[in-house]
Amino acid sequence: MSAVCRLEELVPERGSAALLEGADGAPVQVALFRLLDGTVHAVQQLDPYSGAQVMSRGIVGTRGDEPTVAAPVYKQVFALRTGECLEAGGRTPRPGLGVHLATFPVEVRDGVVHVGAGG
Amino acid sequence: MSTSPQHLVVVGGGMVAHRLVEALLARDAAGAWRITVLAEEPRLPYDRVALTSYFSARDPEELVLGDPAMWDDPRVTLHRDCAVTALDRGARTVTDRLGRVHGYDELVLATGSSAFVPPIPGADLPGVFVYRTVDDVAALRGWVEQVRAERGRGTVARPVRGAVLGGGLLGLEAAGALRALDAQATVLQFGTHLMDVQIDLGGGQALKRLINDRGIAVRCGTATERMRADRRSGRVSRLDFADGGRLAVDIVVLATGVRPRDALARESGLEIGERGGVVVDLACRTADPAVSAVGEVACIEGRCLGLVAPGYAMAEVVADRLLGGAATFPGADTATRLKLQGVDVASFGDAHGRTEGAMELVHADPVAGVYKKLVLSDDARTLLGGVFVGDAAPYASLRPMLGSELPGDPGAFLLPEGGSGNGLAAIELPDDAGVCSCNNVTAGTIRAAVTEHGCTDVAAVKGCTRAGTTCGACLPLVTKIATTELEKAGIEVSTALCAHFELSRAQLFDAVRVAELHTFTEIIERFGAVPEGASGAGRGCDVCKPVVASILASQGNGHILAGEQATLQDTNDHMLANMQKDGTYSVVPRMPGGEVTPEGLIVVGQVAKDFGLYTKITGGQRIDMFGARVEQLPLIWARLVDAGFESGHAYGKSLRTVKSCVGSTWCRYGVQDSVGMAVELELRYRGLRSPHKLKLGVSGCARECAEARGKDVGVIATDKGWNMYVGGNGGQTPRHARLLAEDLDSATLLRTIDRFLMLYVRTADRLQRTAPWVEEYEGGLDAVRAVVLEDSLGIGADLDAAMARHVDGYEDEWRAVLEDPEKLARFGSFVNAPTTPDPTLAYVAERGQKRPATPDEIATGPVLVSGPAIEVRA
Ligand code: SRM
Ligand SMILES: Cc1cc2nc3c(=O)[nH]c(=O)nc-3n(C[C@H](O)[C@H](O)[C@H](O)COP(=O)(O)OP(=O)(O)OC[C@H]3O[C@@H](n4cnc5c(N)ncnc54)[C@H](O)[C@@H]3O)c2cc1C
Ligand code: SF4
Ligand code: FES
Repeated sequence: MSAVCRLEELVPERGSAALLEGADGAPVQVALFRLLDGTVHAVQQLDPYSGAQVMSRGIVGTRGDEPTVAAPVYKQVFALRTGECLEAGGRTPRPGLGVHLATFPVEVRDGVVHVGAGG
Repeated sequence: MSTSPQHLVVVGGGMVAHRLVEALLARDAAGAWRITVLAEEPRLPYDRVALTSYFSARDPEELVLGDPAMWDDPRVTLHRDCAVTALDRGARTVTDRLGRVHGYDELVLATGSSAFVPPIPGADLPGVFVYRTVDDVAALRGWVEQVRAERGRGTVARPVRGAVLGGGLLGLEAAGALRALDAQATVLQFGTHLMDVQIDLGGGQALKRLINDRGIAVRCGTATERMRADRRSGRVSRLDFADGGRLAVDIVVLATGVRPRDALARESGLEIGERGGVVVDLACRTADPAVSAVGEVACIEGRCLGLVAPGYAMAEVVADRLLGGAATFPGADTATRLKLQGVDVASFGDAHGRTEGAMELVHADPVAGVYKKLVLSDDARTLLGGVFVGDAAPYASLRPMLGSELPGDPGAFLLPEGGSGNGLAAIELPDDAGVCSCNNVTAGTIRAAVTEHGCTDVAAVKGCTRAGTTCGACLPLVTKIATTELEKAGIEVSTALCAHFELSRAQLFDAVRVAELHTFTEIIERFGAVPEGASGAGRGCDVCKPVVASILASQGNGHILAGEQATLQDTNDHMLANMQKDGTYSVVPRMPGGEVTPEGLIVVGQVAKDFGLYTKITGGQRIDMFGARVEQLPLIWARLVDAGFESGHAYGKSLRTVKSCVGSTWCRYGVQDSVGMAVELELRYRGLRSPHKLKLGVSGCARECAEARGKDVGVIATDKGWNMYVGGNGGQTPRHARLLAEDLDSATLLRTIDRFLMLYVRTADRLQRTAPWVEEYEGGLDAVRAVVLEDSLGIGADLDAAMARHVDGYEDEWRAVLEDPEKLARFGSFVNAPTTPDPTLAYVAERGQKRPATPDEIATGPVLVSGPAIEVRA
């Protein structure tokens, strides 16, 4: 797990992108979301339905009690805790990309956000 | 397909011909037919029934039937302005007026009727018109305007005096049209009362009072003997009546009936009905199996029918037969409903009570101007017919009950509102009851649209069944049946915004305004709904959050990125730029009215060059720069703001552009300064958040080079001021804006637009442009006009104040961001590397600029330009 930023740098209910290093040394882009309860969730920044690195720029909300983010391009809704696609809006992902989002482990220690990108 | 298609020739391009082509194309999946339509009129088939609306709309295109794209179908060829002059049945050919010969396998005559010109001396004088086509109507209008212009030159302006011969449906329409042109109108009726074919004497008398109230004079029992010309001008100037009376006139409209245009059939030896019309059997075929006739020209069951509904039924019969079916004409429904300047008249069935032993139940209220009659069987239970004048509300529900037993006390249906309303609500129409007569749709078909075809709202039901898509008279009933069925199917017909709010956008707007709330947290706590199975109302979603953001912004809640509001914004508003397919953004500085200085152009060019942006002129008369990365946006904007540019709000559901033409300052035809007005409007409404984007246009004269009528608000200069049009739209469902007010001075124009926009902002649905909003606003355009021009709701001052607050509170969103470090902090690419570009961006060069590389190009070829490699001078 690597330290990414201080918790205050993340705006509640809005995402931020972070640039990490993967196991193979290649860059991995992650979308971090800080919720009102102080928890932080990390999912892949790559939007499988548009192919762009933009998930952090979606709108945060809830479906029932499940915190979610809506992809900013075509508005698919994903569960932040599991990465599951809850609403695909009749679209399919770009070739080679999965339906759901990958999630990454997050820990907030002493006000610092740590994310594990498999590295 | 093995065989080549057969050739169908249709003579006439009217309403029924249109329906025939539409039905055949839709069902002929195998491509068995190739269709040629030979039409005398120079335009696409249009809605003759709505002809009178040409006076308010003035644009014949609005009358065009169906989707004009149908005529692009390769299976059909339409020749306009191409009347057929001869028919040779032996050779199976027709000849058009240009001498071209068209062979056919099947021929359909759909030539309609022409207006009957009575044999009255003087009926051919200049100033005497018929009322059948768009050209007739245009000529009539031109005449009235010409007479008025000549009058204007004299000392005392006398009104233009008009007379209409004939007091039937058409005559009343024509009289209404004359009034709409601000001419006097006198209806001259030969019979005992108005509309004597459809309604009884009592109804006719009630109708006369109502028509009189609308400033139209009526003389019944009047035979016109002669029309006299003015000796100097040679134009019609006086009518002489059989009873010795006279009437001075400037214009006469003949509405004394129609005659079927059966000449082609007559000359080729086909049988003609006693009173004209091509005789056909129930399959609409003449004695020649290759020739059919449909619509008003057809004499079916011994008579010609002057209404569109039976014509449509015939078109459907022929379409079915051409594809091997065996449909036959189901019999004519001669029910009529007319709405003339707000006077409701309807009749159906045995309106005159001629059935043996028929009973009549009458409710007449001369003070209220209402006459209602039911004709019932001798046991007072079975409905045989009805007449409604002044209040035709019960018509839509009762007509389908024709021939059935009425539930409960029939008298209940005649009582004013409330009583009748309850009676109607109780009716459960049988499946075979016809609901939409224009399109021959039964209650059962509407129900099936929900139960079998999966329609989940009224709009889908309309699209699927076509019910309510022609004259609209049946819409309330269609809506009711569909809604009832949807509810039965457990489909909530709700106006709820989303799972988080049960309120509609308009309700939420008012709730937030009245409760004076300023944050999403307060709003969802107060008005939010708890979704099923959830422990609380939650934190909204991508539907309600931007709506609340827009509501707060319209009510003046500070910068859109201030505090919690920032979390509500869609990505475009959040970045104050438009996201592109690769995750970069576009930058659009405002260029009010499309005006930009050479210095401004140089700055834009230099910025684009320095940041490596792709540039393009937009459809909205300004320049868009594409490919800006998040972290570049503040740098780019710093340069633009420095040079005097500000946000163009291309990202917002807000005012986009006010398009202008060059206008009187340069153009030789311009009558007002359209650029000046466009700039003023754009600066006034810039930043105004609304349910959907807003676009305005200003043209300097009637040539309309700014295409203002394609905008939400279109302003067109006149000699005296400005004409204001509203509800125009491009996009998927283009609409021409409709005239709201004429010859406004600039101050009144601004106030009227202020009110129009504010009313829209307050009451429209989420993502509803002004075009559908005006259509769905209760009372339509007339009601909107009453609110914004006559202050019918008494909210004018409130709307004015709201707009004044907007204008005073405006600040450039980008300048404010640049001045606030906290807001600027949002524009880093990565929280842990705020200036590092997204490493996956890749571009290729094309026509001298860059564009995003396609996935294939990224995977295979060399990518010529890559993101980080672009030089950026900050
Ligand atoms: C840039 C531009 C095309 C161009 O290169 O010319 C454009 C681009 C987009 N248009 Fe447009 N429209 C542009 C002029 C128009 C026009 C022409 C006009 O304004 O005179 C129209 C038809 C007029 C109208 O709106 O009635 C137009 C009708 C639409 C529609 C259909 C709206 C409708 O009511 O049906 C959409 C879809 C929507 O908004 O839901 C749309 C949506 C879009 C979006 C926002 C689609 C999207 O979500 O990505 C495009 C991205 C904008 C961006 O900058 O990234 N655009 N779009 C034009 C920007 C004008 C400007 O200066 O602001
Ligand atoms: C002002 C007005 C209001 C009306 N209101 C109503 C209403 O409220 N309800 C209702 O049911 N009906 C109404 N009608 C009647 C309705 O418009 C007609 O019943 C309907 O248009 C008939 O359709 P059609 O196709 O048979 O004839 P049309 O629509 O008249 O079309 C016939 C076409 O054939 C063309 N044509 C004729 N001869 C030739 C030729 N030799 N070669 C090529 N083309 C030829 C004509 O130019 C015309 O365009 C109204 C009519 C008018 C004028
Ligand atoms: S027409 Fe379609 S593709 Fe072209 S700019 Fe508008 S929205 Fe984009
Ligand atoms: S009755 Fe005219 S549209 Fe339905």
